[in-house]
Amino acid sequence: MSVKLPPFQTLLDQHRVDVYRYLVAVAGAGEADDAFQETWIAALRAYPRLKRADNLRAWLFRIAQNKAIDAHRSRGRRPLPLQTIPEAGTPLAPEGRSELWAQVRALPPKQRTAVFCRSVLGMPYRELALLLEGSEEAARRNVHEGLKRLKEELDR
Amino acid sequence: MNEMERRLRTAAAGLPAAAPELAIADRAAEEGLLDVAYAAVDSPLGRLTVAATPRGLVRVSYDELRGSEETLEDLARRVSPRVLEAPARLDPIRRELDEYFDGRRTAFDLPIDWALTAGFAREVLRATARIGYGQVSSYAHVAAEAGSPRATRAAGNALGSNPVPVVVPCHRVLRTGGGLGGYTGGLERKEFLLRLEGALL
Repeated sequence: MSVKLPPFQTLLDQHRVDVYRYLVAVAGAGEADDAFQETWIAALRAYPRLKRADNLRAWLFRIAQNKAIDAHRSRGRRPLPLQTIPEAGTPLAPEGRSELWAQVRALPPKQRTAVFCRSVLGMPYRELALLLEGSEEAARRNVHEGLKRLKEELDR
Repeated sequence: MNEMERRLRTAAAGLPAAAPELAIADRAAEEGLLDVAYAAVDSPLGRLTVAATPRGLVRVSYDELRGSEETLEDLARRVSPRVLEAPARLDPIRRELDEYFDGRRTAFDLPIDWALTAGFAREVLRATARIGYGQVSSYAHVAAEAGSPRATRAAGNALGSNPVPVVVPCHRVLRTGGGLGGYTGGLERKEFLLRLEGALL
């Protein structure tokens, strides 16, 4: 039996904005566009082979997370773009240039994803666990650790 | 911790409210991943959903009779779930349809992908595709052309489930006695198309 997958366009329409906002937050505005396109192409490539049609959002964000990590790595080999250096007291400017997102980008990848998906998207822990490919307990821990570190950084 | 989550939500208000319109469909096509491209096309018979595969035109559907969403779900299930909106890819067929509805085109030149048809129904539709502009035929005749002269009812069913109406002209098939018979898009549309072609006064 094959699963009943919705038309890919439906997925794109439902999640494109959230995926883009996630990428701007965790990869930075300078990397988001490329990572965004790479995410959707990778998803489209793998889509017909999916074994289940529930949890599509978790599957999609896992791909986005991997593309954000790729972008992060390749950025390490290039000169640092300006917007990754937060200026003191930078206001909540558009395109994720705020100091807070810069701090989020300094977290380990799973914590970055956990903090964003939980705080901004309100993702249930069960779904977050699937996204992070771990237990619900581990998902909770990632959120907790991420938030704690952010608080420590920003209180300093 | 709640305080931190609140700050994140506030900061999220500064994130882009829209995603860029990246040419995902173009890139997908380049990489051979665009299995089904679709677009909405306006016509005198109402809004159509038109879809093509790399092999050709695979679907023309009257949105008023069957919502676009349902048509796309059917394509995802029966052709491939890699279904993307890609209007530019449908420009050639849109142009041919426009010309046809303007009375400036009497035959469609684009290839058809018969993926949504099978067996006897496919043969009936292929026979129907050979009926010329302004001509009419009968269910018995297309059944015979498809190899089963007595399968008139099956031929009627095949035409009723024509996945590419207008382009495969099932509207040109009438009852043997001259009655209009049925039409996948409703009889008004059949009459409109026959009048357009001058086959009905």
